[in-house]
Amino acid sequence: MNRKVFQLIADNTSGVLSRIAGLFSRRGYNIESITAGVTTDPNYSRITIVTTGDNDILEQIEKQVAKLVDVESIVELNPGDSVFRELIMIKVKADAAQRVEISTVVDIFRASIVDVTVDSLIIELIGDQPKIEAFLAMLESYDILETARTGIAGLSRGTESIVKL
Amino acid sequence: MLGADAMAKCLEEEGVEAVFGYPGVAICPFFNSMLGNNIERILVRTEQNAAHAANGYARVSGKVGVCVATSGPGATNLITGIATAYADSIPLVCITGQVDSSLLGSDVFQEADITGAVESFVKYSYLIKKVEDIPRIFKEAFYIASTGRKGPVLIDVPIDIQNAVLKNFSYPEEVNLRTYKPTVKGHAVQIKKVFDALKKAKKPIICAGGGVILSNAKSELREFSHKNGIPVVSTLMGIGAMPTRDPLYYGMVGNNGKSYANKAMNDSDLLIMIGARVADRAIAQPDLVTENTILVHIDVDPAEIGKNVGPTIPLVGDIKSIFDDFKKEELNSDYSEWIETLNKYREAEKPRRKPDEKYVDPAVFITKLSEKMEEEGIYVADVGQNQMWSCGYHIVKNGMFLTSGGMGTMGYSIPAAIGARRAAKDRQIIAVCGDGSFQMSMMELATMMQHGLFIKIVVFHNGYLGLVREYQYNTYKANYSVVDLSGSPDFCKLGEAYGIKCVRVSDMQGIDEKIDEFISYDGPMLMELMIDPMDRVK
Repeated sequence: MNRKVFQLIADNTSGVLSRIAGLFSRRGYNIESITAGVTTDPNYSRITIVTTGDNDILEQIEKQVAKLVDVESIVELNPGDSVFRELIMIKVKADAAQRVEISTVVDIFRASIVDVTVDSLIIELIGDQPKIEAFLAMLESYDILETARTGIAGLSRGTESIVKL
Repeated sequence: MLGADAMAKCLEEEGVEAVFGYPGVAICPFFNSMLGNNIERILVRTEQNAAHAANGYARVSGKVGVCVATSGPGATNLITGIATAYADSIPLVCITGQVDSSLLGSDVFQEADITGAVESFVKYSYLIKKVEDIPRIFKEAFYIASTGRKGPVLIDVPIDIQNAVLKNFSYPEEVNLRTYKPTVKGHAVQIKKVFDALKKAKKPIICAGGGVILSNAKSELREFSHKNGIPVVSTLMGIGAMPTRDPLYYGMVGNNGKSYANKAMNDSDLLIMIGARVADRAIAQPDLVTENTILVHIDVDPAEIGKNVGPTIPLVGDIKSIFDDFKKEELNSDYSEWIETLNKYREAEKPRRKPDEKYVDPAVFITKLSEKMEEEGIYVADVGQNQMWSCGYHIVKNGMFLTSGGMGTMGYSIPAAIGARRAAKDRQIIAVCGDGSFQMSMMELATMMQHGLFIKIVVFHNGYLGLVREYQYNTYKANYSVVDLSGSPDFCKLGEAYGIKCVRVSDMQGIDEKIDEFISYDGPMLMELMIDPMDRVK
């Protein structure tokens, strides 16, 4: 099994996301995460999909997605040539003493505390996935109440863009 | 002008001659507007058959078939027909009425999310939200359906949009689809690679699929094969790409195909798949094919290439355009030794059937019938044992062989033949079905009579769902479950009730005269053939 990040530019019309998600579900492809947002040209959306599969499956995913009428282009975001970011919010149970300990970890990771109550904290961290995993590992000894992750967004490095908008 | 008038005008602009449909309240504005033009409105007896009829029409005319249904159950009834067209890449535009847009999503009477429901069976679908979008969307729908890998496109039109006023109607000259640009021309480098491979090959073979027929490249294929002496086999959908009796044609491949066709493909050193999907029915173990063979895969749909088997030389493009480029290349190879081997394979094929003389033998009957058909005749096979016999024993001359290949939809033949008749008023058209498939579409006899779309119908009567019975014979030791068709009507009396001439044939005595009479009769006719209930395809 290999993991790939695909980025696609699609028409920003209703139903696009459902067509893409529907394609993945009916052909039995995995979606690890999917994020979507409008581009600088409001006619297009940029969608980032993280998926896994063997090489044949990954090739089929690329071809089947490219075939969708709404999809302008699909490219693989190669980890070496791309920047990935994900945002995670973590709600941790914390009393006054724990609060100080956690805030040290938060500083080291350049995360930030965005909400505090008497017995809880919400921490926000933006980073690539290894950083987020490492941060979660550091918090393992505390009582994590909830997490919310956005899934990754990414861009290729340099002046090249995947499609001229 | 109302939205509904605009819809009718769009169909005129597209040169539509006929629509196959079934009305309901949500599509009534459209049908009312259709009174103002010369497009024929053909009333089928259930919506599924509107899609099948449009399918038959599209395949024979080479144009886009149009079917129309109302919201809710009308639209959902279309789905099997849409899926059938999608599986065989047949260009359709399917128009459905929808409830008032302000009520969408509130589960009102006869509301169905049809664009959602057909998502996996259409090339694209539209739900029209503004009356101003009608001309653009219709233009795009016809364009998408008929270009690249063809297929069905659905347009869902809420009733308030049909009734809304459209101030200015102007039909776009061309489409402006930023994200849809199918490849037409084959890549020159890849074409050169194909010819390099052909020059090295000793035992090349072409496997022609339905794509050859869909891209209207039959004559190009024949010319290419004859000019260079390259033998051809076909898939089920590719039957008719070459005439059956062409010396360079070696039959249909696959588990229901000719053994010499499969042998030819397995022994080849260069296999050129053209417009074929390498699907499970044609090639049981795709990986084995490429073991000792260079595989060239030519298809308009890049996603088909490498889906089931990795090709050595992929070539994406429209098949007709690729053959035009092939014509420019010279190939002075001699494959006559290979042809001799293939001829030996073909001669060694022994008849496998031992029919019971008390009944009509479907294999012999099909050969005789198709031999007696005119040069350009259209043979529409249904699904079941009858389909297997039809593709095994039918002789195509210069006509067409239509059937539901990918989806295998029972009941396809009669409505598809009626649609074919609308496209070809003067050609001979015969639908061949079993007593199971006949009963799935026999309501369409009324459509045929009402609209004067006369066809000939052959019904193989064995009192069973024969292909399932055969499967149960092989798999469940002849423990038969839910395959007995007792309770079927007297088909001849039924035909006569519709005013159709009928004949029942119980054995092979005088069969030639009976076929002659059937073929020459001027008008609709049904021939019921009593076949051995226990007969098997193999």
